[in-house]
Amino acid sequence: MSSTAIQNISHNKYYNWLIRNLFSSWVNTLLTIIALIFIYQVGSFCLNWAIFAADFRYNFQGELITDRGLCSKNIMPGEYGACWAIIYARWDQFMYGLYPIEEAWRVNLVYALLPLAIIGILFDKIPFRKYFIYFTFVYPFIAYFMLYGGPGLSVVGTNKWGGLLVTLFLGVTGIGLAFPLSILLALGRRSKMPIIKSLCVVFIEFIRGVPLITLLFTANVMLPLFLPDGVNPDNLLRALVAVTLFQSAYMAEAIRGGLQAIPRGQVEAAQSLGLSYWQTTRKIVLPQALKIAIPPIVNTCIGLFKDTSLVLIIGLFDLLGIGRAALADMTWTKLYYEVYVFISLVFFIFCFGMSRYSLYLEKKLKTDNS
Amino acid sequence: MTEQVIQLEKVNKWYDDFHVLKDIDLTVQKGQRIVICGPSGSGKSTMIRCINRLEAHQEGKIVVHGTELTNDLKNIDLIRKNVGMVFQQFNLFPHLSVLDNIALAPIWVKKMPKKEAEEIAMSYLEKVKIPEQAEKFPGQLSGGQQQRVAIARSLAMNPDIMLFDEPTSALDPEMIKEVLDVMIQLAEEGMTMLVVTHEMGFAKTVADQMIFMDEGRIVEQAKPDEFFNNPKSDRTKLFLSQILNH
Amino acid sequence: MQTNFLRKLIFDEKSRSLLIQTLVIGLFALLIYLIAQQTAYNLEKRGISSGFDFLHVAAGYDISIRLIPFTSEDTHLRAYFVGLLNTLMIAICGCFLATIIGFLVGVIRLSSNWLFRNIAYVYVEFTRNVPVLVQIILYYSILLHLPKIKQAIVLFDSFYLTNRGLFSPQPIFKDGFSIVAWSLVIAIVVSFFVKRFLKSKQEASGKQYPIFLINSAIIIFTPIIFYYIMGMPLEFDSPVLKGFNFKGGMVIRPEFMGMLFGLSIYTAAFISETVRSGIISVSKGQREASQALGLKSNLIMRLIIIPQALRVIIPPLTSQYLNLTKNSSLGIAIGYADLVHGFGGISLNQTGRAIEIMLIVMLTYLTISLTISFFMNIYNKSVQFKGNA
Repeated sequence: MSSTAIQNISHNKYYNWLIRNLFSSWVNTLLTIIALIFIYQVGSFCLNWAIFAADFRYNFQGELITDRGLCSKNIMPGEYGACWAIIYARWDQFMYGLYPIEEAWRVNLVYALLPLAIIGILFDKIPFRKYFIYFTFVYPFIAYFMLYGGPGLSVVGTNKWGGLLVTLFLGVTGIGLAFPLSILLALGRRSKMPIIKSLCVVFIEFIRGVPLITLLFTANVMLPLFLPDGVNPDNLLRALVAVTLFQSAYMAEAIRGGLQAIPRGQVEAAQSLGLSYWQTTRKIVLPQALKIAIPPIVNTCIGLFKDTSLVLIIGLFDLLGIGRAALADMTWTKLYYEVYVFISLVFFIFCFGMSRYSLYLEKKLKTDNS
Repeated sequence: MTEQVIQLEKVNKWYDDFHVLKDIDLTVQKGQRIVICGPSGSGKSTMIRCINRLEAHQEGKIVVHGTELTNDLKNIDLIRKNVGMVFQQFNLFPHLSVLDNIALAPIWVKKMPKKEAEEIAMSYLEKVKIPEQAEKFPGQLSGGQQQRVAIARSLAMNPDIMLFDEPTSALDPEMIKEVLDVMIQLAEEGMTMLVVTHEMGFAKTVADQMIFMDEGRIVEQAKPDEFFNNPKSDRTKLFLSQILNH
Repeated sequence: MQTNFLRKLIFDEKSRSLLIQTLVIGLFALLIYLIAQQTAYNLEKRGISSGFDFLHVAAGYDISIRLIPFTSEDTHLRAYFVGLLNTLMIAICGCFLATIIGFLVGVIRLSSNWLFRNIAYVYVEFTRNVPVLVQIILYYSILLHLPKIKQAIVLFDSFYLTNRGLFSPQPIFKDGFSIVAWSLVIAIVVSFFVKRFLKSKQEASGKQYPIFLINSAIIIFTPIIFYYIMGMPLEFDSPVLKGFNFKGGMVIRPEFMGMLFGLSIYTAAFISETVRSGIISVSKGQREASQALGLKSNLIMRLIIIPQALRVIIPPLTSQYLNLTKNSSLGIAIGYADLVHGFGGISLNQTGRAIEIMLIVMLTYLTISLTISFFMNIYNKSVQFKGNA
C-alpha cells in the first residue's frame, strides 16, 4: 500500500493525525478496533486487579489483614483483586531488610541525600552546581558512616542489610567504583604498550564472556581463599567486588566507543601545543569522549541495576530476595503475583527513569553539537 | 502543436494547515526544458515531487502523458515508469554494484532478461562517460560520478520526462560541471526536463522556460532572456540580485 | 654518566614505555604469586585437595532434565556434559523463540497504526526495565500453580498442562521413518538446485517465477508424500492418567518452560528494538529512489530495504544471543539443570573443588562467547559496503 496515496483531506492537524495513524485504510481501521478491544479488556482487568477490586490494608469486611487467609479473594469466591497487605506487612523488610527499626532513620537519611549527591553530575545547568559536586564526593563517607555505624552510632552489620537498601547499595556503589576503573581500562585498551593493552583486553573480554553469576560464585567462594587469615570480607562486600569488576568491563567498552569517536586531530592539536599524554587525556580527550559515551554508559548502569537481583542466588537478601523470603512464609505464601508485580514496579521506576534520563541526554548532546 | 506532456491545474497542497502549494498552474510540452528556481521553502521540490507522486496533492489536477494522477495505484505505476527522477542526495543503492544499480529497475519492473538489462545499463554508463566504474560500488565513487550513475539509472528506464531535484547542490564545486554537462547533452537530445536548481549558468544555456516560485506560488514564468534581463516581479528581482552577485 | 642514563630512561619514549611495562608485569606477577601462595596455604589448612581427578568420581546426584542418560553413578565429568547440553538446549530454543517474537514485535513497532505501535512499545519498555531474573521467577511461579495432575488442563485432546509440567505424546519412530527424514533432506537439497535453475531462467527471459512458493511446496509436501508411501511410520505414545501420575508420553518440565518464557520474552524486547532501528536506519531516500523507478512495495522491501537493514541488525542481534546464553545460567534460581546449577553448584558443593570447577565453567562460557563473536566478525567483514568511507 503506497503511503503516498494517502491524502490528508482537512487542514486540522488533529483530524489528519487520527486519519493517518488509525484509520488510513480498512486494514488499519480493523486493527484499531482490535486494539481498542484488547486495551479495554486487558486494561480493565489489570486496573481492577491492582486497584479497584484490591485489598490494601483491609479486606472487604473492614478487617485488618494479617494473614493471607483474611484476603478478600480467599474468603469470597467471586473476588479476585490483589491482596496488597503483604507489602504493607513486609514494608520494612522490603525497604531496609533486617535493619533494626530504631536505626532506620539512618537509612532514610541516606536515601534522602542520594538525589542531592547525584544531581550535580546529572544536570549541568543547575545553580550552585559546584557545591553539589563537592557533596557528591563527600556523600560516600557520610553514607557509609550512617549505614554501618561507628563513633556515636551503633554498628549495624551488613548481614542485617536487605531489600532496597542492598539493591541501591550495590547499584550505586558498584557504578561509582566501577567508573574510574573503567576509564583506566578503556585508556589501557587503547594504549600503545602491548603489555598494558593485552592485560586490559584479556580482562575485559574475559569478564564480558562469562555470566555474572559465575563471578558472584567466584567472589563468594574463592575470595576467602585468596586472602590471608583474619581478612574475611563479608558477603555483601564480596558481591560488591564481583559487581564492580563486572560493571567496569562493560562500562570500559562504552567509554572506548566514545574515545574512538574523537578525531585524531584533537590529540594532534593538543600535542602540538605541548601537552603531555595525561594532560591531553584529562583535558581534551576524556571530556569529549565521556559526553559522547553517556547514553551507552547509562545503558550499562541500567543493566547493572537489574543485575543486582542476582545476588539472591548467593544468599544475599536484595529486593528480590526479600520478596522470595516473604513468599516462603506460611502466612503469606501464594501471593506471588502481588510480590513480583511490586518488585517489578520498583525496578521499573528506577530503570525507566534512568533510560528517560539517557534520552534527555542524547537530545541535549544533539542540540549542543549542531 | 507540440504534445502537452504534463499539466498541472489549480494544484494545491497542505501539510496539515501549512499551505505549501498555492494554485499551481503549469503546462509542460514535449521537449521543453524548464528550470525552476526560488528561495528555500518556496515549494519547488514539493511541486516536482507531486508529479511522480512522492508527494500527494489535495486539490487540483495533475495529468502526466494523458494519465491523471490520483489515488489509483495503477496510474501511479504507469506514470512512474515514464518519469525519471534524480535526487540531490543521489540515493544510489550502496549494497549493489554500479551496474546492478542501473539494471535493477529494467529487470524487476520491465521484466527484462538480465543480459539485455545489463547491456542497456552499460550503454547508459557509457553515455554518462564512466563505463569503467561498472563493477565498483557507490561508496567507491566520487560525488560527481555517483550522480552521473543516478542519472544513468533513471535513463535506463527510457522515460519521456526527467525530473531533477537540485542535482548539484550536494556536490563539491569541481564536480558540478561534469554533471551539468550530462544534463546539457540530454537536453540537446530532446529530453523533456524539469530542473530545480540554483545553477543559473546552466539555466541560461539550456532552459527554454524559467519559473520563479516563492511561498508556494509560481510568481513568474518567462523565457530566459526576458526572465534574466527584464524580470517583472519585485520578488524575482530581489532573488536574482541575491543569487547572481556572489 | 649515571644521570644521563637515568634521564634517558625516564624521558625517552621507548625506554620509558619498556620501563612501565616491566614494572606492570612485575607487579602483576608478584600479585599472582602472592595470591597463589595464600590460596595454597588456605586450601591446605581447610583440608581441601586440588586437582582435576574429581572429574572421574561418581557424582552422587540425579539430574531431572537431561538429553543424554545420566544416573547418580555417572561421573562429574558426565554431569558437566549433561549440564552443558542443557545450557545449549535452552540457549538455542530461547534464541529461536526470541528471534521470532522480537522480529514480530519490531515490525509491529513500525506499523502505521498508532495503537499497535504503542501497545508494542509498552511491552518493550516494561520488559526491558525489569530484571530477567524477576521475570523468570514470575513465570516459574505461575507454572508451579497450574492445576494438579488430576485436574490437568487438556489441550487438543492429548496435551496435559499441569503444575508438574506439560505432558505430551512422545513420538516413536518406527522402521521406515528414516526414509521420510532423508526425503526431507533431499527435498532441501533439491530446492537449492531448483532455486538456481529458476533464477537463471528468470535472468535469461525476464519472466518472474514464484521461487519461494515452489520451494516451500517442495520442502513441505515431499516428506508428507513419503510419509504416506512408507505407511505412516510414526506412532505416538500418549500419556495416560494412572493413579497420581501419567504413564507414557513425555513431559516438558516447568523449570524448562519457565526459563524458556522468561529468557525469550525478555530478550525479544531487546531484539525488537534492534530490528526497528535497523529498518529505520535505511534512509528515506532509498525508498523514494526505488519508488521513483517504479518498483513495487514488496520488491522494495526485498531488494533494497531488508538487505541494508540486515547489515545493521546482525551485529547487535548476535550480542543479544550471547546475552541470552549467559542469562541461561540463572537456571539455578529455579532449579533448571543447566551447567551452573549441576556441575557448578551441586558438584562444587560435594567436592569442594571450587577453583577447578569455576575455572571450567567460566572457560566454557568464554569459549561459547568467543566462538560466536568470531563468526559474527567474519560475517560482519564480509557484508560491509565496499567503499573508501
